[in-house]
Amino acid sequence: MHIFTNPNYNFLRWRWHAVVLSWILILAGVAFIYTRGLAKGIEFAGGTSVIMQFDKTPSVEAVRDALNKNYPGGGQDAIVQTYGDPSLRQVMVRVPTVGAEQGASLSASAQNVEAAVRKSALGNFKVVGTEIVGPSVGADLTQKGLSAFVLSLIGILGYIAFRYEFSFAVGAVVATLHDVLVTFAFLAFFRYDLTLNVIAALLTVTGYSTNDTIVIFDRVRENMRKMRRESLSEVINISINQTLGRTVITAGTALLSAIALLLFGGEVLHGFAFTMIIGIITGTYSSVFVAAAIVTFWRRTKPSKLSTAAPAAAPVAASKKSKAQRKARAS
Amino acid sequence: MNKNTRTKLITILVVLVVFTGVGVYPILASMYHWPSPSWLQQKQLKLGLDLKGGVHLVLRVETDDALRLQTDQSAEQLREALRMRTIPAMVSTPSISQIKVDGVPTAQDAAFRDASADLSTTFDRSPGTNGSYTFSMKPNVQNQLRADSVVQARQTIDRRVNELGVAEPNIAEQGTNEILVQLPGVTDVEHAKSIIGSPGLLELKIVEGGPAAKQEDLMQGGKVPEGMEIVPGNADAAGGSTVYYMVRKAAAVSGHDLTNARPSVDSNNLPAVSFTLNGEGARKFGTVTETNIGRRLAIILDNRVTSAPTIQSRITDNGQITGVTRDEVNDLSLILKSGALPAKLTYLQEQTIGPTLGADSIRSGVTASIVGLLLIVAFMLIYYKLSGINAIVALIFNLIILLGLMAYIGAVMTLPGIAGFVLTMGIGVDSNVLIFERIKEELEAQHGVRASINAGFSRVFLTLLDTHISALIAALFLIQFGTGPIRGFAYTLIIGLASNLFTSTFVSKTLFEWELSRRAHDQRQIATLSI
Repeated sequence: MHIFTNPNYNFLRWRWHAVVLSWILILAGVAFIYTRGLAKGIEFAGGTSVIMQFDKTPSVEAVRDALNKNYPGGGQDAIVQTYGDPSLRQVMVRVPTVGAEQGASLSASAQNVEAAVRKSALGNFKVVGTEIVGPSVGADLTQKGLSAFVLSLIGILGYIAFRYEFSFAVGAVVATLHDVLVTFAFLAFFRYDLTLNVIAALLTVTGYSTNDTIVIFDRVRENMRKMRRESLSEVINISINQTLGRTVITAGTALLSAIALLLFGGEVLHGFAFTMIIGIITGTYSSVFVAAAIVTFWRRTKPSKLSTAAPAAAPVAASKKSKAQRKARAS
Repeated sequence: MNKNTRTKLITILVVLVVFTGVGVYPILASMYHWPSPSWLQQKQLKLGLDLKGGVHLVLRVETDDALRLQTDQSAEQLREALRMRTIPAMVSTPSISQIKVDGVPTAQDAAFRDASADLSTTFDRSPGTNGSYTFSMKPNVQNQLRADSVVQARQTIDRRVNELGVAEPNIAEQGTNEILVQLPGVTDVEHAKSIIGSPGLLELKIVEGGPAAKQEDLMQGGKVPEGMEIVPGNADAAGGSTVYYMVRKAAAVSGHDLTNARPSVDSNNLPAVSFTLNGEGARKFGTVTETNIGRRLAIILDNRVTSAPTIQSRITDNGQITGVTRDEVNDLSLILKSGALPAKLTYLQEQTIGPTLGADSIRSGVTASIVGLLLIVAFMLIYYKLSGINAIVALIFNLIILLGLMAYIGAVMTLPGIAGFVLTMGIGVDSNVLIFERIKEELEAQHGVRASINAGFSRVFLTLLDTHISALIAALFLIQFGTGPIRGFAYTLIIGLASNLFTSTFVSKTLFEWELSRRAHDQRQIATLSI
């Protein structure tokens, strides 16, 4: 079975459209984050969240009402929402404060939330989970997350430069950067909280989105040895078309598992699964439209090594012919 | 079947049996109460706090305290040395790492230098104007003190948690001055927190004045006499109003000299904590009590006088803390026994996961895994027909090896780890897709089934290595970034990547070889491949 039979699309012709589309998405994301802010999860923003399981689920309004009446300072800053599957009868209350960051009183806000809800007759409930994060934790995590991301990009850049060549590495890393930015934009559009799980998913996207790119680059390298007459753009275009089927299928299977997570993985993994889904889609798009285009842009400004010299070390399927050629040149 | 293929098949079967035994059987055994030997149960896949329920705490060790303590002690030593040499200079501590001396008479400069010689190991001395000197703690000493206080705090917390009897706690340093405490199965957070964070500093000091209702009543000329300090305490055992005692700053005996503490009752049958001192402490305590018979001894716990009994006779290695409530007795003995914290702890983060929340997470994780598996199985069978079975077998092998390895190396399965498990299915099968697509391509180029299969595997292998390594690079940095649950995810991902490389190349290829060898006698069949 084939998804595409002998596809012959001119992907590189669309690269400028792709550049514009990507920039629109990224800038829209930036504007969105700038004006409306990125919703931060509790690990980054700090605060207190309390998950309560009721005998009979009260309405969100009733819980908010209870907080307005009984929570010190009122409940206007509180986020109240049902949590997880409705059959679990759980409600989550999140307030932006923690008890003074001193000793045992860290949990003061959590106790106040519980007391406030208990005071209003909303039926019997028990607290099944609390999370309290002091204000200093978020900044530390942001810094750690950023450095993990930057370091892994550098690692991938180095590895691909070592295995292929530098322009390919630049293409792969720019594509990955693009994926993370676009994913951020979508997280902002859909108002997903930035949580640790989301960051973990973003870092996974970083590793995953290079996969398709590598598959295409691998084919480009293989074809460059076979097709000595075609221009680089043509070789890249042929390579993308030849690998198009597997690019789409591999993204498809990864998407299937991410969709299973989104639908059945529960409340905690929701943001994670959403991030993976967007990351997989944009990762596939960027492998086809961004990574390869960057290689051609990069090569145009820098004089190409490939047109004058032999391809880089050819460990896979160096044909006898090209080996012989190199030998000839070397001697 | 040729010998080579048979050897490979046997290898695969052995791997499968071993990993099923180590990784999958214990899970099923615990679910359905099947018999399983205890050594195998110990190797069971560990569940993270987010799945098992429990308390997760992050505390910061206020390492400034350790510096302040060192600076204060050194300043006190310097004062003593100056007093002995009758040098009339003022010693103050302007910051946590600095001692300032003012008004050293020019004539006594040499004597001062001599008196302050002891400080030179920890402080750098720099002279100022008018006989003033500033001593700044050496940077390497500061770093060492900070690092030591974190280690000591971790060890103290370790002892306290062990005394609490928590099964499989996880206590680890993270970052420069933070300590992570994970207590599975603990639900009373406040109790755990109060025990972990209690300073536990016991000091016995001779009372020089008081009790008095107001601090001012104890001061002389509006200030506290040198070498003395004022400490609050309870008026009586039942609590009551606060009274103040003036005591000598230098402790006669402190909690460092303690060897044991246990709940007991005092002579009035009221709750008390008895403690035993070590040899050094007993000697000091003997001297102090002997020379101060008839005076009061303040028993000070965390800067509060719990009681101040009158010394009746010489006491050496035994003492009793009274004035505590029945509820406090057990906790207090535990805290004293485990030693004092070297610095104050600040709670940065606290997470409680109730057992029901954990069970819900496991349930949804398992559902997502099953649905993900079914979707992928369906897709592979529809798209790759019979060869899809090959990929599915490789995928299931991959999952079994993943579970087995995680159990064997003691990696912890967390909720994000389950997500990693589900993703491993979707991403892992990609390797097979790449190989199969290449085989298709080779078949279309009329290269024959056997050659196409060989070319498919050998040409794609390096590509797979590249994709796996780049994913591995990101996963390795994820370990650096993450706390417990995220690490669980990263470990799952990494092990999944490794086992995937094995199953998608070795296992999958062997299955093809086996299939080909089964039809070796039939030339018609060998010419086609259902892919």
